[in-house]
Amino acid sequence: MKDARVSFLLLAVLVATFALALAIGPFQLHLADVWHALVRIVGAGEGQATSADIVFTRVRLPRVAAAALVGAALAGAGTAYQTLFRNPLVSPDILGVAAGAGLGAVVGILLSLPVIGIQALAFLAGLGTVALVYLIAAALRGHDRTLVLVLSGVVVGALAGACISLVKILADPYDQLPAITFWLLGSLAGAKLNDLAVVAPLVLVGLVPMVLLRWRIGVLSLGDDEARALGVDVARLRPLVIAAATLMTASVVAISGVIGWVGLMIPHIARMLVGPNFDRLLPAAMLLGASFMLIVDALARSLGRVETPLGILTAVLGAPFFLWLLARGRSTWG
Amino acid sequence: MSGRQGTGVMRHLLLLAIAAGLSTSLLSPLSAAREILDATGRRVVVPDRIERIMAAGPNAAVVLYVLAPEKMIGWPSAPRPNEREFLLPAARDLPELGRLTGRGDTANLEIVLKAKPDLIFDFGSVTPTYTSLAERVQEQTGTPDLLVDGRLDQTATSVRLLGDAFGTVERAEAIARYVEETDQLLNARIKAIPQSERHRVYLARQPNGLETGLAGSINTEIIERAGGINVAERTSGRGGIANVSMEQVVAWAPDTIVTWDANFFAQVYSDPVWAAVPAVSAKRVFLAPRLPFGWIDAPPSINRTIGLRWIAALLYPDRFPQDMRQVARTFFKLFYRVEPDDAALDRVLAGAGPGERRR
Repeated sequence: MKDARVSFLLLAVLVATFALALAIGPFQLHLADVWHALVRIVGAGEGQATSADIVFTRVRLPRVAAAALVGAALAGAGTAYQTLFRNPLVSPDILGVAAGAGLGAVVGILLSLPVIGIQALAFLAGLGTVALVYLIAAALRGHDRTLVLVLSGVVVGALAGACISLVKILADPYDQLPAITFWLLGSLAGAKLNDLAVVAPLVLVGLVPMVLLRWRIGVLSLGDDEARALGVDVARLRPLVIAAATLMTASVVAISGVIGWVGLMIPHIARMLVGPNFDRLLPAAMLLGASFMLIVDALARSLGRVETPLGILTAVLGAPFFLWLLARGRSTWG
Repeated sequence: MSGRQGTGVMRHLLLLAIAAGLSTSLLSPLSAAREILDATGRRVVVPDRIERIMAAGPNAAVVLYVLAPEKMIGWPSAPRPNEREFLLPAARDLPELGRLTGRGDTANLEIVLKAKPDLIFDFGSVTPTYTSLAERVQEQTGTPDLLVDGRLDQTATSVRLLGDAFGTVERAEAIARYVEETDQLLNARIKAIPQSERHRVYLARQPNGLETGLAGSINTEIIERAGGINVAERTSGRGGIANVSMEQVVAWAPDTIVTWDANFFAQVYSDPVWAAVPAVSAKRVFLAPRLPFGWIDAPPSINRTIGLRWIAALLYPDRFPQDMRQVARTFFKLFYRVEPDDAALDRVLAGAGPGERRR
């Protein structure tokens, strides 16, 4: 089976990049340190935790795991959105989740909230924005459903963008403005175990309906009429998929900040590898997305002594690659 | 040299003198004008008597408040409630006018002109960008716009220049002397400390503590000036604010952390991750005072003079044994013309004083 081979290969790539990412970072960790830290994790270690223990267990490992989670969630959500809207130009931001989360976060920074408050505001504002977009679209009957939904997303997203600019004007230029700028470019520098413990279950909650309903979601890509003819309840499935993908995106964006390109580009690459069927596309895209983010985040923390924002790296790596894909001219859609 | 040529020269001189008199009287009909050479080398014609001054940005506002509060016409951003008690009543109630530095401006030019300033000035960067921006503001408003160097080592010179422009020479002299005395004090007591014995300092910004200022940047120059080594050495470029990873902070292993973020300070000792940083396990995290203006930054203006004393004292308490409250009282009285009581000073220094490390 070709598909099985591809899936296995992608899984192997993920494991390899995960291990590689664990080995990369400004703090020198030796294998003995890692062993010592692992022994401590299972509870067999004695004595005080060394700096190396803390770096491995509480800094490097959570960060690497968070990178994999963020990449997988963004790529998975992007795949769902692209299938749902039958459009390859759609990214997880199409309904305004990133703009909304960004607004929530910058308001949190403006109010000088602690980290957890900023994350919670980003998460809730991301969900709230998409809910608002969906309600507006539902209120505007008599038009093409998809078109109205996307346009409402663009409009509300632009509004959120304007509000972000307003907050930037109001913010303290010495303290808050740099923080806002960094947040809007994305970073996992502060990722912690506690963040993962909250966000991973949320991503899972979003993922479960996608996996369970993968056949029906795949049918959606044929068009509403065909899907209906095949017995799929489009009116109920569509909001469910949107809610699930939004939940995945909003929860990871809350800890990573805004990271573009992953949700747009990775599904394309996955589609080249396994074809357009959603049930095969979803796992492939998530595995690829996780590997991609692991590499990007490893670069972010090792290119210099200071962090390179993730949003810059994904764009710099992603844009040329995407153009190359387009130039190859192979239509892999549909 | 013949007589005819001599009278010719005389006539030219006379004409020149008349022309000069005409032009100055046209420019400022009410008062005689004079020229000030600002830090960018521009010759700015300012009226002889300056009564209404506008600070273009937060840096300038601090200098203006210190040198001539009675001539202020407003603030770039109004003082917050907790800052007000450390400011003169007449000045703290002035309106908010916004920024007018030419970049990210929030000031409304019409409101600025309605306030009729005699002089606009900014205190900070004197790069060609800011020079041309000041030039534009001057052209557009028809009000002289001075640009003064805000670097720490230029403070005394800049303060004297502004005192001359404002007509508050004595006041400026007193401030400049204090700045120079602080400088000499630091030189005398710090220069001898060998590099190996100097403290390695990390500046933590934001609630997660992972934003810092790179060595050599305006945000941290005060740390280096007070004899600390900023662990965040810059790798290239001019440096500034940067995000760093937690493991980089552990790898740098600073023995002292300075922060101004109360959220960060409140949780740093209970955070297991930060326990890997020597400064945290040694309980050497210090919360920098921020009242009425930031002591180490925010804004990077002459308010940092007290921050120099504060950081030097927390890094090298043996060499700076003075009671910080006493130092602060003198500084507040001279610079801000207020005399806070002990309770107020304690609030300013809360959790901040060397030896007073609260959990």
